[in-house]
Amino acid sequence: MSSKRVLSFTLNGDAVEVLAEPRQTLLEVLRDNLDMTGTKEGCSNGNCGACTVLMDGRPVVSCLVLGLEAEGAEVRTIEGVACGSHLDEVQAAFLEGAALQCGVCTPGFIMQSESLLAENPNPTEEEIRFYLAGNLCRCTGYDKIVRSVQAAAKKRQAATT
Amino acid sequence: MHAFDYAAPTTLADAVAQLAAHNGSARCLAGGTDLIDQMRIGRFAPRVLIDVKKIPELNVLSVDSAGLHLGAAVPCYRIYEDEAVNRDYTALADSSRIIGGVQIQSRASVGGNLCNSGPAADTTPSLIALEGICVIAGPNGTREVPVEEFCTGPGKNVLQPGELLVEIRMPPRPANSGSHYRRLIPRNEMDIAVVGVGASVVLDDGKQNFISARISLGAVAPTPLFAKEAGDALAGQAVNDESIAKAAAAAQKIVKPITDMRGTEEYREHATGVLVRRVLQTAVARARSEKVDYRPGH
Repeated sequence: MSSKRVLSFTLNGDAVEVLAEPRQTLLEVLRDNLDMTGTKEGCSNGNCGACTVLMDGRPVVSCLVLGLEAEGAEVRTIEGVACGSHLDEVQAAFLEGAALQCGVCTPGFIMQSESLLAENPNPTEEEIRFYLAGNLCRCTGYDKIVRSVQAAAKKRQAATT
Repeated sequence: MHAFDYAAPTTLADAVAQLAAHNGSARCLAGGTDLIDQMRIGRFAPRVLIDVKKIPELNVLSVDSAGLHLGAAVPCYRIYEDEAVNRDYTALADSSRIIGGVQIQSRASVGGNLCNSGPAADTTPSLIALEGICVIAGPNGTREVPVEEFCTGPGKNVLQPGELLVEIRMPPRPANSGSHYRRLIPRNEMDIAVVGVGASVVLDDGKQNFISARISLGAVAPTPLFAKEAGDALAGQAVNDESIAKAAAAAQKIVKPITDMRGTEEYREHATGVLVRRVLQTAVARARSEKVDYRPGH
């Protein structure tokens, strides 16, 4: 009844194909079928944002997307952010700004921040906090995360002017 | 999660046929942000999920002479990014912006929120205020149900076996009208309403008097409520603090809240009055094309 299906989509620019059961979420497919363990499982019910990936340009919590729903989609995960060993502005800012401690929430925060800055390159602090409201952090108290996003935005603006 | 099968029909007729064929053991999947969670915790165990996102009628978001057509599978982000919705059906945009967080809004649909039929749903009061009509398809054809009659209890609605919600239609907006949805939550975002209020007002040309008003309340009863009498009593009244306060008091009278971790009955009843006043004032300001002081989460 739940026989596996062929699932094909684009992951960080590369075509991938896996065999997945309908009951597997995109998060499970990424981690278990594709060994892409950068995306983390936090709550499994869409509250914490640790599993955030970009799907067809939109941020989604991959624990609430079935793998099969990603058929033909363009998926981007944390593994696709750095260029080789060259970190992008958001990643560098998180490191320099000490915006992580245990790091479990960090891939989700980085993907969500990338989505924010793509949509709104110069967000206010309020806009940053509202956009990141779906991402929870147990360690940092959020302040350094917000400042790092501001720093990354500034750096990216400077680079493009 | 338990094992299930998955189908993604591309026509409405096919979806209705499949629902009927599976005879109650299939559920429709739109955004999945409630359904997948509920399946994971064992609340539902369908044998088949019917993904409705490929059906054209459920993805419609357009305005014509009959009003706004909101396909049942349209995700929140498409709704609040739409110019016509923001301009004329603003309460719906207000609701769509505060459901879950941005990640949820990428997937979750207003149709799904309505079919989930939670008493504290953030969309239902807006749909009721905007005179929404549910268009339902099933084995016996199509039927229409006003949104205020759709929910029948917590998690329960009028959909019969084999039926699915196709679209919610909201009539064209009169001149000098404005609408708003606001909720009271313990935090700034990502929470469930303690009280939610949706309202729509129509003013006369001088914009000093109400022609009509519709007020709807969420999270204060087993289903979202349509405060018909409170809204009707505003017809012909001057727009002022007194008439608005009277409407708020009338709306307070119909609530049947429970005491739970988000608030006591007494608190919810009191907060209903406060929120109805503020939401009516904002709807009036919008009807007058005035600047409103509303930021989600504040």
